[in-house]
Amino acid sequence: MKFIELKNVNKTYSTGVTALADLSVEISKGEFVFVIGHTASGKSTFIKMLYREEKPTKGSVIVGGVNVAKLRNGRVYKLRRKIGVVFQDFKLLPKLTVYENVAFALECLGMKASEIRPKVLKAIEIVGLKEKVRSFPHQLSGGEQQRVCIARAIVNEPKLLICDEPTGNLDPETSKEIMKVIESINKDLKTTVIMATHDKEIVNRMKKRVLLIEHGVLTGDYLKGSYKSHEAI
Amino acid sequence: MKPFRIIGRSIRDAFKSVFRNFSLSMASILCATITLLVVSISLLIAVNINEATQSLENELSIVVYLEKSATEEDINYLKSTISKINDVEEVTYKSKDEWKLEMSEYNSSFGTIFENYETNPLLDSFIITVTDVTSLDKIAKEIREMDKVESASYGEEAVTTIVSAFDIVEKTTFVVVIALIFVTAFLITNTIKLTIYSRRNEIEIMRLVGASNIAIKLPFVFEGFIIGVLGSLIPIIVTIYGYIIAYEKLNGHIITELISLISPYNFVFYVSLIIAGLGAVIGMFGSLRAVRKYLKI
Repeated sequence: MKFIELKNVNKTYSTGVTALADLSVEISKGEFVFVIGHTASGKSTFIKMLYREEKPTKGSVIVGGVNVAKLRNGRVYKLRRKIGVVFQDFKLLPKLTVYENVAFALECLGMKASEIRPKVLKAIEIVGLKEKVRSFPHQLSGGEQQRVCIARAIVNEPKLLICDEPTGNLDPETSKEIMKVIESINKDLKTTVIMATHDKEIVNRMKKRVLLIEHGVLTGDYLKGSYKSHEAI
Repeated sequence: MKPFRIIGRSIRDAFKSVFRNFSLSMASILCATITLLVVSISLLIAVNINEATQSLENELSIVVYLEKSATEEDINYLKSTISKINDVEEVTYKSKDEWKLEMSEYNSSFGTIFENYETNPLLDSFIITVTDVTSLDKIAKEIREMDKVESASYGEEAVTTIVSAFDIVEKTTFVVVIALIFVTAFLITNTIKLTIYSRRNEIEIMRLVGASNIAIKLPFVFEGFIIGVLGSLIPIIVTIYGYIIAYEKLNGHIITELISLISPYNFVFYVSLIIAGLGAVIGMFGSLRAVRKYLKI
């Protein structure tokens, strides 16, 4: 079942730089997809388009049946409630505890405190940070901070989890743990996961679908692919 | 219920973050305090100047002397004709006997002079006040054309100079106050921008988790409101006590008895209200503008 569909997507920035050229791809519900490519290859633009941080210059981006490209500014927030985003630099609020950081996501949606509590605790349990509920971000390791970020991204039970180089700042061991968490979210919660990464080891080990973007063009789409198969071509 | 929860949360968060980011909030509050203080003082001065020039202008009048041959009938006729001229506020008749009495009382040497005359040498007159001082000249000219009128004068050149000087003073103070309000708005907006700049991460997270724009803006708008109102507290206290004390020390007038100050009660409260309103509105719009920048809309 198609969940995400990009058709002939072009993106040219006002500076004249073309980030994406005629990109078309389909992603099904529940898939786990890696997006790889060099720095400035256009993979960030691709990722940002999915949660409407960027708009395509041409073409259509359909996420869960909604053409994101045509979405009015005032309605973008409705799309984002269905999407969780995890960043390389965590983007946690330093003055809030782990619990408050995760609850913050639901509070700004105007949810009742009584509804927020069980959801937040569940999300924190999924990422395995039950014991650190009252800690502040600066008291946590990098891996733990990234787990908080993931918990915040999934607390509203999104259908799509977008990860923009989530392991970019972490050592290989911690990266592995984080990937386990993300994989279990994909398996257990049936959340579609799209992850941009540079980490060859992760891609090679996990044997998931890989999209290769080079100079703004989708040059490879491998089921159970890896960096190796890309090098072979 | 959801909108109420969002508003409630916004107010709570606004208070929280004012105290959580205390040093930055303090910078904004101090900036508001200083600029609003300047606005408040200039407002007090400007309104007083305006009031003084207005009341001095109201003192300006045309004195019309009638010919000796004017009969009572002429006087009544003239009075009603002059009253009908545009911009004439009031026509008061003052007979030569009244003049004589007044002059004798003012200086006894006048009395001695008058004793040398068998009849009163002075002339009957009208004192005319006008609603618009710029039409003094036009009205005086019109009256001079009338029958049985000996002369009509209002101090001519001196008065014209005074009137145009007052006009310049009034306009200048108005411009200064408006300019100060703009400077205040600019300065407060910019310091608030700095406090919000340090929290752009917060705004970004709110956007990404799907908070509606209004839910993102509200806490910052309330925060701006709190900063503006807190910033106006000291200027308001200074306005109220400072003006009352100054008024008492100066006995209610300045330089000469002619220029009286506006009585402090109610006046200081109006000015305070304006200052608090300015603080609140500028604070709210300042943060709204700053947030919009990070909302990318």
